[in-house]
Amino acid sequence: MNRSATFIEMLREAGFDFFTGVPDSTFQPLLAEFSSRPDLGYVTAVSENVAVGIATGSYLGGRRPVVFMQNSGLALAMNALGSLAAIYRIPMLLVIGWRGHDGSDSPEHALLGAATTALLDALRLPFFVPDAESLVSDVARAAQTLDTQPGRARSSAGREWCADAPLRRHRRRVVEAQR
Amino acid sequence: MNLSSPRTAGSAAKHVPHPDRAENFYMLGSMGLASPIGLGLALARPERRVVVFDGDGNLLMTLGTLAMIGDLRPPNFLHIVFDNEVYGSTGAQRSATATVSLDALALAAGYPDVRRAVTANELDAAIDALLSAPGPAFLLIKVDASANGTAPRVPYEPDALARRVRAALEIA
Repeated sequence: MNRSATFIEMLREAGFDFFTGVPDSTFQPLLAEFSSRPDLGYVTAVSENVAVGIATGSYLGGRRPVVFMQNSGLALAMNALGSLAAIYRIPMLLVIGWRGHDGSDSPEHALLGAATTALLDALRLPFFVPDAESLVSDVARAAQTLDTQPGRARSSAGREWCADAPLRRHRRRVVEAQR
Repeated sequence: MNLSSPRTAGSAAKHVPHPDRAENFYMLGSMGLASPIGLGLALARPERRVVVFDGDGNLLMTLGTLAMIGDLRPPNFLHIVFDNEVYGSTGAQRSATATVSLDALALAAGYPDVRRAVTANELDAAIDALLSAPGPAFLLIKVDASANGTAPRVPYEPDALARRVRAALEIA
């Protein structure tokens, strides 16, 4: 099993059963895996705020959603996360490709790359930045957080875990979601 | 027949009289996301019919969702748009639908059944037809902006509303 398939299986074992998002180059191998597995029902959304809306609808229908996006899309999804997911207490896992995380990316990623964790903090979303060693435990902890504190939005930010790139930092915050 | 109805933040959709029921999902904010929420619900629960009450300003914010629905073609999805050609809840500023036809956009996006209603008789006929056939379908209802009045706030806390919808859909 390739790493993308392993990661998807990890998510499924953690109970996630609805997958949507906006393509991000960070997740190319993962999106290829979704393309080869129509049974997983991955929904390609036109924008990240739309993806959060779709995930919300899936949760109302009984599913446990994951939303894949690039961090630039996190900026676009701020209103959906703040005025929909947060106040209705819709749990969802965000898997965010973090462009510009170390300041060495192309210019369009510099400012939002530096601001990404501040955006998550502003939304009071707890997040993990997994590395290759912590990925399994981080997914498990994210799922457990959703289980034990139902209705609080959760986010997991990572970079290139499916492309064999080195992963850098690990942080964890748990803050109550905004009401 | 089971209806679950995301409703939009805008003004026109708020003024549709319809009885409260536990399957109804009312939106407070997140303008533009009625159709994405309805799409997610329709995909998650293909055995239920989902009706979205949208507004012209709301739909204009997320027009790309029309393409997703035209592409995915969920047969249990009915998209009803109340088009008063203004941003009613913010003081009736003109919207682009004064000249742009949302039903033409829905048709171009691939909705297999697209209708427009201006009179009450047209509306009755369209609703009857759309509720008796598989979708996805799109119904544009042109409404008079001067009919805008005040609507009461949704009388539920948002998280309680989400729990109520899930309970009504028999989710443990």
